[in-house]
Amino acid sequence: MALSNIWIVTEPSNGSLTTTSLELLSHARSFGANISAITWGGDAALAVVAGEYGATTLYDVGDLGGALPGVPVASAIAALIASVGAPDAVFISTSYDGRDIAGRLSARLDRPVLTNVTGLADDGGLVTEHPIFGGTQTVKARFTGEGPGIFVIRAKSFAAEASGGGVASVVAAPPGDVGSTGGAMITATHVEERVGPKLEEAAVVVSGGRGLGEADKYALIEETANLLHGAAGASRAIVDAGWVPYSHQVGQTGKTVKPTVYIACGISGATQHMVGMKGSKNIVAINKDPDAPIFQIADFGIVGDVHKVLPALIAALKARA
Amino acid sequence: MNIVVCVKQIPDPAAPQSLDASHNLNRSGKLILDEADTYGVEMALQLVDKAGAGEVTVVSMGSAADVAGLRNALAMGAAKAVIVSDDALRGTDALGTAKVLAAVIKRESPDLVLTATESSDGYTGTTPVQLAELLGLPSITFAKSVSIDGTTLKVERQTESGYDEVTAPLPALVTVTAGVVEPRYASFKGIMAAKSKPLEVLSVADLALGDQTGATGARQEITDVVTAESRASGEKYVDEGDGAQRIVGFLESIKVL
Repeated sequence: MALSNIWIVTEPSNGSLTTTSLELLSHARSFGANISAITWGGDAALAVVAGEYGATTLYDVGDLGGALPGVPVASAIAALIASVGAPDAVFISTSYDGRDIAGRLSARLDRPVLTNVTGLADDGGLVTEHPIFGGTQTVKARFTGEGPGIFVIRAKSFAAEASGGGVASVVAAPPGDVGSTGGAMITATHVEERVGPKLEEAAVVVSGGRGLGEADKYALIEETANLLHGAAGASRAIVDAGWVPYSHQVGQTGKTVKPTVYIACGISGATQHMVGMKGSKNIVAINKDPDAPIFQIADFGIVGDVHKVLPALIAALKARA
Repeated sequence: MNIVVCVKQIPDPAAPQSLDASHNLNRSGKLILDEADTYGVEMALQLVDKAGAGEVTVVSMGSAADVAGLRNALAMGAAKAVIVSDDALRGTDALGTAKVLAAVIKRESPDLVLTATESSDGYTGTTPVQLAELLGLPSITFAKSVSIDGTTLKVERQTESGYDEVTAPLPALVTVTAGVVEPRYASFKGIMAAKSKPLEVLSVADLALGDQTGATGARQEITDVVTAESRASGEKYVDEGDGAQRIVGFLESIKVL
């Protein structure tokens, strides 16, 4: 059965759409279906971006009035389905708000979800790919019941490529009455300043893990990243320990990165971490344990103490500058 | 302040994992309390403490053949535990799990429901919000701090670029991240007390959910499990004072330097 309609939840970000949203729009085009985007915030510029990446219609939920997006956006999608009919599939990003929207929509429509999707192909219906056990195996799955299928897709699973399409036509899609579920309101927003390139976009990522020993030693990671014009990342272990903010976390529950080179320092290579960085073009690992799993996927490994190797690396990079 | 914390007993993540013949995660070995759930238990205990009244109930779904994980939560200080354990639940998906948990939690009518952001074994990551929707509650996910001011919940919620301050009226559901609080270790006294605390085991028939659970209710199937393309390991050297220079050489070879 050919796919005729796909809806993509596209998240607004600084006057455009998030990169993952653009990746989902781009991949949706490969199925030959009519593509509609769903967004919120009422920014007219988004219709240009959504159109450029292949959407013909942009449903705008409008100003959320400070509400967390999960409830109003899912409510708006459910209302749209009631009025214009269900699409074959809804694509949603694996993001904070995306997961909220997917959960709400799933329960409202009584439809299951497939999450952590990293591959999606049409084989007489959409077949998904999900990495399990640290990416050593891939599960393929499909929905067997009535649609729409709700797919929650990880960042960087597909390339974002503009199609050069014209401006999408904007249709208002109000959330309607959300009743007792709608009480979560944002009262203030805090942005943690970062220097250098964004973690997801940097060509070089230098990450630190438990092997650094203590929080203060993370400065070695930041200095190395800075000298290589890269971004500093972290394993879940040191984020959980409170050494660095969550926005630095690379892995299953953090960010997915695919830089030219990923330098893992004092990171043993828990499956949770490897899923987020094994797509890097080159991987360098520094770890004192010669049997650390990280070496199994590293192109270049140094068995050594990060407290000795990193200061020497910093000195060598400074000498070249 | 009565708080329900959803918890899951999972196979030890440090042990090798495998799928069984029906592509379900092999859960035949020892089960432990998912570490991600210990933060919710601790948070709940602290909030009840601050409120000066109420209790913490842990609610779970899964095999009750081994309840050491639940006893661990009781030993930390939870008052009672309820687990829905039934062979018919095998293959239940995230939405089906949320339906089971919702049916149990409705009987408790708590002021607050706490969960982890996702389980450490299945990590679907949608069960908490599906649960909130089924319970008709607002939800705040990815909390890095939680406080209660009268009947208003105040949460710092992680975002891509930092965090938001978010409020919601109680009752509500919150998913907590690791690091929201430091979970306590159960004391000897707590461990002894846990042995006599109520631990109720329900079957799915007790919840009147029909065929909405189990593999049929999941309405999805695994069509294949394949070995992923593996990355070959490359060169590896033991640092003899030349490790940094070797890395510089490698970075030059790939034209990063």
